[in-house]
Amino acid sequence: MIEVKNLTKRYGNHTAISDLTFTIEKGVIYGFLGPNGAGKSTTMNIITGCLGATEGEVLVDGHSISEEPMLAKKLIGYLPEQPPLYTDMTPLEYLTFVASAKHIPRNEQTKQIDSVMEKSGIQEVRNRLIRNLSKGYRQRVGIAQALLGNPEIIILDEPTVGLDPAQIIEIRDLIRLLGKDHTIILSSHILSEVQAVCDSIMIISNGKLVASDTPENLTRLFAGTTTLHVEAKGDLEIVRRILSGVEHIEDITIGPDDGQDLIVADLKPEEGADIREDIFMAFAEAKIPLLEMKSMRASLEEVFLELTQGDMPQISDSTDHADIENADAYNAGKEAVAG
Amino acid sequence: MTAVLRREIGSYYKSVTGWLLAAFLLIFAGIYCMSYNLSGYSAKFEYVLSAISFIYLIAVPIISMRSLAEEKRQKTDQLLYSLPVRLSSVVLGKYLGMLTALAFPVLIMSLYPLILSQFGTILYASAYGALFAFFLLGACLLSIGLFISSVTESQVASAVITLVAMLLLYFMNGLSSFISTEATSSLIALMILAVIFAVILQVLAKNVYVSILAAVAGCGGLYLWYAGNPSAFSGLFSTIMQSVSVFDRFDAFTDGVFDLTAVIYYLSIICVFLFLTVQSMEKRRWNE
Repeated sequence: MIEVKNLTKRYGNHTAISDLTFTIEKGVIYGFLGPNGAGKSTTMNIITGCLGATEGEVLVDGHSISEEPMLAKKLIGYLPEQPPLYTDMTPLEYLTFVASAKHIPRNEQTKQIDSVMEKSGIQEVRNRLIRNLSKGYRQRVGIAQALLGNPEIIILDEPTVGLDPAQIIEIRDLIRLLGKDHTIILSSHILSEVQAVCDSIMIISNGKLVASDTPENLTRLFAGTTTLHVEAKGDLEIVRRILSGVEHIEDITIGPDDGQDLIVADLKPEEGADIREDIFMAFAEAKIPLLEMKSMRASLEEVFLELTQGDMPQISDSTDHADIENADAYNAGKEAVAG
Repeated sequence: MTAVLRREIGSYYKSVTGWLLAAFLLIFAGIYCMSYNLSGYSAKFEYVLSAISFIYLIAVPIISMRSLAEEKRQKTDQLLYSLPVRLSSVVLGKYLGMLTALAFPVLIMSLYPLILSQFGTILYASAYGALFAFFLLGACLLSIGLFISSVTESQVASAVITLVAMLLLYFMNGLSSFISTEATSSLIALMILAVIFAVILQVLAKNVYVSILAAVAGCGGLYLWYAGNPSAFSGLFSTIMQSVSVFDRFDAFTDGVFDLTAVIYYLSIICVFLFLTVQSMEKRRWNE
């Protein structure tokens, strides 16, 4: 549907995007993910013809955006980061303007405008001045504008920024609905959003495409970095000795927990090994209370952080639920010893 | 183009701008018509137009300031760039919208000669010829205003720069008469113009080398020409100023002459500035 080839954009000495190449398939919802200033908006502006590229080209259904802009632009509906609304018009007037600028025949205009207003839920404000509409409604008018002419590709630049949680959910539902018969590219710096609606994620950092895959694959790609987090009560040396007795551990990071009488250890098990049981038994035999043990997998968030910052993933607490509650662990340990 | 045009007209008359412009023009036309024609017993409506041509100094900035600068500020220019519409159509639509805003009061003014004919003999050809030229002068100044609006970021900046440009154009001929007709002073004045041109180039294109090259080439060329033929420079500056003065070209019409070269001159200026406006919009697509 869209082919982006070796796209580069420079502003003087600053390179906004460099050598970007990717393909957009028909009927897929794509998420452009990247920190602020990564080049998401620049890329979208170039794809839609709002901005000229320094090098490279964009083909929309075979039509080059720079050589045949009229043909290419007809296939795209675009909502820029800031909805381009004429605030002195009502949504109805505004959409009529956009419809005739998109060369929609006059006898079809009313029907199409009605249909996009219905889809984006702005029927009830159709005759109010855009100036007086709330941010959420303005965003919807912007989306309605992009939908006019029933373009095959819809490009939305940060469509949920500045909306309240209820509106965000509504817009996401709308995007999912539109995804059934349009190709959609949306950009965001919010991970959960992209994860929630997109079939495919492209992570952009410093103007480069660093990853492109489905959310599941991206997470799986980094699932190998599962670690086991252990908290135990006792002496550092004893804990270290217990852990060194357990097999299949590749790497141990150990140290006392600040302020508390605890020893905290992060263990990296060998590929495919489940060492939780062995750890438990080892601590139980040594009569050292194990307060907490959980295995943690890199979430998409960490994948994102690692790809965009080049650091190792920070381990979060929320992904895998192998938690052993403190009290349970303690009791279980005692029982095991008694048994 | 028609979509943009319709939007422009709508926005002129939904806000006060269109009405303000019409009221402004008509009030001045009315006052001068009253004093020249009715109280002054003159049958020449052309004199009224000649006297009120100064109101373009204020009218042009008012109409043109919001056209493109405001699109940029509101980021609605992104919509225009992403729509399947050529930039030339957008600029043309905007320009025709401005012309419509100007044409409305001018059409009302076209009734004045008919009213005056009740009281005496009116030379219709001369009166309407002058009115046409009056409109054309406005159209020419508006194209300059549109261009200035396309290179500025805010309405205020656009209005101020347009006002200064209009003042310069209005007083250009008068100011040039202060330069003595000696060859050397003509040379210096022209060199200063070349430097000013280079500065404008620098502001627009932001390319130091090109600007310096333009300044050096302009001054050097002028000096070589002067060294070769000093007599050609005596009085040259004021002659040039006189022939390019937009407002002075209008005087011929008020004297009852339908000056075809002036019409062509105005049309050429309009074409040049519309072209420059399209280029400046196109340039924004690359440098933004």
